[in-house]
Formats: sequence, C-alpha cells, structure tokens
Amino acid sequence: MDVWSSLMDGFSTALTPLNLMYAMIGVILGTAVGVLPGLGPAMTVALLLPVTYALEPTSAFIMFAGIYYGGMYGGSTTSILLNTPGESSSVVTAIEGNKMAKAGRAAQALATAAIGSFVAGTIGTTLLAVCAPIVVKFAVSLGSPSYFAIMMLALLAVTAVLGKSRLRGFASLGLGLAIGLVGLDSVTGQSRLTFGIPLLSDGLDIVVVAVAIFAVGEALWVAAHLRRTPLHIIPVGRPWMGKKDWQRSWKPWLRGTVFGFPFGALPAGGAEIPTFLSYVTEKRLSKHPEEFGHGAIEGVAGPEAANNAAAAGTLTPMLALGLPTNATAAVMLAAFTSYGIQPGPQLFSSQGPLVWALIASLFIGNLLLLLINLPLAPLWAKLLQLPRPYLYAGILFFATLGAYSVNLQAFDLVILLVLGALGFMMRRFGLPVLPLILGVILGPRLEGQLRKTLQLSAGDPAGLFSEPIAIGIYVIIAIILAWPLVLKLIRRNRPATVLPTGYDDAEPTTEHHVASVPQATTTEAPTPTEQKQEKP
Amino acid sequence: MSSAVTGFKGRAELGVALLLGVVGVLVFLDANGLVTPYSKSDPVGPKTVPFIVAGILLICAVMLAINVLRGGKGEAEEGEDVDLTHPADWKTILPLAGAFLLNILLIDWAGWVISGTILFWGSVLALGSRRYIRDGIISVALSLLTFYGFYLGLGIALPAGLLEGIL
Repeated sequence: MDVWSSLMDGFSTALTPLNLMYAMIGVILGTAVGVLPGLGPAMTVALLLPVTYALEPTSAFIMFAGIYYGGMYGGSTTSILLNTPGESSSVVTAIEGNKMAKAGRAAQALATAAIGSFVAGTIGTTLLAVCAPIVVKFAVSLGSPSYFAIMMLALLAVTAVLGKSRLRGFASLGLGLAIGLVGLDSVTGQSRLTFGIPLLSDGLDIVVVAVAIFAVGEALWVAAHLRRTPLHIIPVGRPWMGKKDWQRSWKPWLRGTVFGFPFGALPAGGAEIPTFLSYVTEKRLSKHPEEFGHGAIEGVAGPEAANNAAAAGTLTPMLALGLPTNATAAVMLAAFTSYGIQPGPQLFSSQGPLVWALIASLFIGNLLLLLINLPLAPLWAKLLQLPRPYLYAGILFFATLGAYSVNLQAFDLVILLVLGALGFMMRRFGLPVLPLILGVILGPRLEGQLRKTLQLSAGDPAGLFSEPIAIGIYVIIAIILAWPLVLKLIRRNRPATVLPTGYDDAEPTTEHHVASVPQATTTEAPTPTEQKQEKP
Repeated sequence: MSSAVTGFKGRAELGVALLLGVVGVLVFLDANGLVTPYSKSDPVGPKTVPFIVAGILLICAVMLAINVLRGGKGEAEEGEDVDLTHPADWKTILPLAGAFLLNILLIDWAGWVISGTILFWGSVLALGSRRYIRDGIISVALSLLTFYGFYLGLGIALPAGLLEGIL
C-alpha cells in the first residue's frame, strides 16, 4: 500500500539516532512543562519555535510531535496529583484521578492514564495515517470557495462552540483578525494598520504574538493571583496496575479512543466534549457505579484515552487541510509557515517525507512516553514543588529570549509586552484565547481565498456558493450559529426539563468547576460546552 | 452573578468594550484611508476585509457594553497556581512589568547578559522570593548560559553590549 511504504520511509527518517534524540528531548520537555503548572503544550511549542529555527524542519517537527503528546500526558499527571487541572481536557481526569490518589491509588491512576494514553495515541495515530491521505485526496479537488467556507467554519466553530460566552469569543476573534491585518496587503502591497512604523510592515511575527498571548499573558495573570498557600501534592511511587485494574481499564481505553478521535478531527471538536462523553459512558456502563465520585479507575482510563485520541485527531485537519483546531496545532501551523512550508492539501505531495516522518515520530513519541513516564513519575511529582517565583520568572525570561532571538530587535519586545498585557486582560475578563490565535493565523489566508474566489467570479458574490461543498458548509455554519437560539426556544417551551444536550445534565461537578447559570438578563445563551478554553 | 455591581470595580469590563471599540474605529479609519483604484483582477480590494473586521469589533464592543451593564460578567481564568479569592495584586504586576521594560531599554545597549539578569532577578523578587544572593547567582548563570547556548548551539549572536570583548 501507498500509505504503508510512505510510513516506512517516515520511520526510516525518524529513527536516525539524531532524530530519535530530538523525539526524546521533545517527549521529556513536553512532559516536564505539561506537569509544570501554568505551562501547556502550545506555550512550549511557541517558546521553542525560535530555538528550532536553527534545526532542519524535519527534526523540529519530530521534536514538536514529542512535545505535543508529552504535554497532554503531563497535564493529566498534574490533575491526578494536584486536583487542579491546568488544561480543560484534563478536567475530567482530575475528578476520579485525584480521588484515586487521595485513596492511596495514585500509582494505579497514573498507570492507567499512561497506558491508556499509549493505546489511544497509537490507535489515533494509525487512524491519522489512514485518514489524512483520504482527506487530502478529497481536498485537492476543492477550490477557493470551498476553502473559504472551511476556514470560516473552523473560525466560527471555535469561536461559537467552545468557551462560555459567544460574545466574548467573537470579541477575541475580532482582535485576532485585526492583528492579522497588520502589515502589507499581499495583493496590492499597501500597508495596513502600520501607523507609519516601518517595522510593522512585515506584519506581526506570529511567534511573537503566540509567545505574548500564551506565555507573557499567562505569567502576568498568574503573578497577579499567585496562590500564597502551597498546594498539597500527593506523593507517588512507581506507577503500576494489578490484574483487576487491567480488566477494568482496557474497555474504557478503547471506548475513549472511539470518542476522542472524531471529535479531535472536527473543527472546534477539541478534547473537552469527548472526555466528558467518555466519563458519562463509563459511569453508565460500569459494574461499580457506586465508586464513581470516589475514585473509579474507569473514570480515569476512558477520559485519558479520549484526550489522547483527540490529540491525534486534531492533527488530521491540521496536516490534510492546513486547518488548526486547537492552540497547539495553531502554533505548529505557524511553525510550518515560518519554515516557508505552505500548509494545506499540497503538503503531502510537496513535503511528503517531512509529513510522514512527523507521523512516524508520533508513534515513536508515544512509545517513548510510556517507557519514560512509568519510571519517571516520582520525578515529575517533584517538579510540582518548583518554587513559583522561579517558574514564572523563568517563563518571562525565556519568552523574552525567544521573541527577541527571532529578529534581534528590541521593538519585538515592546509588542511582546503590549500583547502580553492584552493576554492578561483577556484572562481577567474571560475572553477565550484560542479564537484570537486562530484569527491571527487564519485571517490572512481567509482573506486570500476570498479574494481569489471573487477574482474567479469577476466580483460576483455568487462565486462564494459555486461549489456544492461550500454550500454544505454554510448550512453547517448556519446551524452552529442558530443553535443557541433553538436551545432558548426549547427551554422556553419546556421550562421544566433539564438541559437537552446529553452531556450537560450529567456533567460532573468539581469544586472549581462552577457551571454558569443560564440567565435571561444576558444577551447570549450559554453554549453546550460550558468549559474552560484549552490552556496554552 | 448578582445584578450589576455599582462603582468602578464592577464595571471594569466596560474597558474591554472600550478597547474593542477603539480598535474597531482604528481599523475602520485605516482601511478608509487606503486609496485603491478598482481593479478587475482584485475586485475585493484591500479594504473589504478590514471593514468587516472593524464591523465585528464595533458590534462586539456595543454588545459587550450592553451585556456588562445588564450584569453580565466574563469569568476569569483559573489555573493550578491561580487563587481568585484575592484581587489582582498590583504590587507584583507593576515591578514585574518594570523589570520587563528595563530589559527592553537595556538589551541593545547593555547586552543580553546584563539585561537578562535584571529581568530574571527583578521578576523573581517581584514574585516574592527573598533569597537575594541565591536568586542573583541563578540570574547571572541563566543569562550567561543562554548567551553562550544560543551562540554556540544555535549560531544566534545575542547582543553582548557593555560586556563586548569580555564575553
């Protein structure tokens, strides 16, 4: 098979000692920063981007693959041992995982998370390898109108479906699009939003924007609200599982994978919904439903698998269409662009070896994660005790260093501070970060497709609807946008019934997860997923 | 979410609406100032998208203002190390921003080793560490390490500044 031989080529690239070392570095770095509070995979990739400029793209992406999976895994370790999930995707893991840890079963919780991540990650990566070429085959037949529609869908879905407030999502999107406008117009060469500053005419470097919003904004935000009382960390030995734990874990792993992958692949699917779905399913199917809420291993196994499968799913549209659906994928896409690699369906033909090496290194990274993390778990737990002043000063230090080293000009640091302040403000007032980043990255490409489309139709707006796929996508967009109104109507007609969506009514409550109450006074309805945005 | 809290504190979010409005107006004025002859090969032109973006921003600004006045509130982000029970601690933020600014001003003249040391040391102090000597040693070590790491490992020459010739 074609896929098979390409994948084997990918393995031969990824398995060279040098690239294997980069995969190793990526996995260790990813896990370490995933464990560290306040740091997520997106921020790590953003911070490392400048450093990797000196590497060749293949090595850099192999490292990013390791960081990506490592970060996902590290996040779950934190949520099991600390009960304060950093990423929204590990909120569910924290519910049962931390209860297990408190009951002295931290080793088993970590083990089922690690092995489940490995199983789901491997299946998910296999699905990615199989699905992506099919999506590409389909995608190369699409023209500008369809691409325009697909990008609109990605932007609007992320803005309108994720996060608690649609209005704030759109505000964030608008700011991102405005940032994306800065610089010379690609068609006419006119400068837009440069205010006569020549340094702005190349546009804002996406690395600087990402580092500012993710790293500086986050560090400032945490600094303003730094917890003065140290958190209680549960000590842990080497993770292991007994026979009974295996019996109770393997089915949730597989079911979690089934939930995770398709949701991850959808625009705005993300890892939040499938982890909740997996949790609810396991609770219903379990032979020990009474254990849920007191540390049921199924409640860790399923959601963790869903989380990792979603991570693999996310890469499908990213590689096949050039469409990022979460923050990490967005930053990785920015990395592609900064290497001069054009993301999109042509990627597989123009950069085939790179893409397949990346996919192969996902398999390798997954295996490395399992091998490294089982013995190293006690060490990761110690990382949680790093004094906070050093941690956040370090983030600022490396953010500055990274942003400065891109162009070696102090002006970039001014932008870093200004956008960092913006990131702070967004966290303070509940503006989600993801729509902004996607707006910055997709905005210019969206404009390009729009102009190409109307150029082909000689200015006739009907050109936007000239492809059947495009029309289909606009229907989906209309449904997404109209959904809260429909919900409102249903609620008004049947005030006694609980929320109609399946996962909402069964949503488990944690101490820090305060479900927002629907109110008639605000102008917007709460979206189906009342959750936090993915943390950088 | 009780009804609108009176006073500046409850209404601080109006500042966000104001910011959106200002950015929206800026984007509009900037696009409006572009002079472009109509071209057949580019019927959309460089103005259309900025106008749409300005529209989104202005609509969001108005709707957010209404939302806030009616008592709506954006939920502050939580995290492992975030304790939302106490208000924003400006005594930490301002020195932190100060250290950052100092670094910007000094980096080209004094060089990364000096400005980076100031940045890290200042940040650690601002964040509440009181082990001055140890922090200082760590700061200098970090700056030197990154300076040489970038130079030798990545071929990126960070500015040496005042220490030119010594490093």
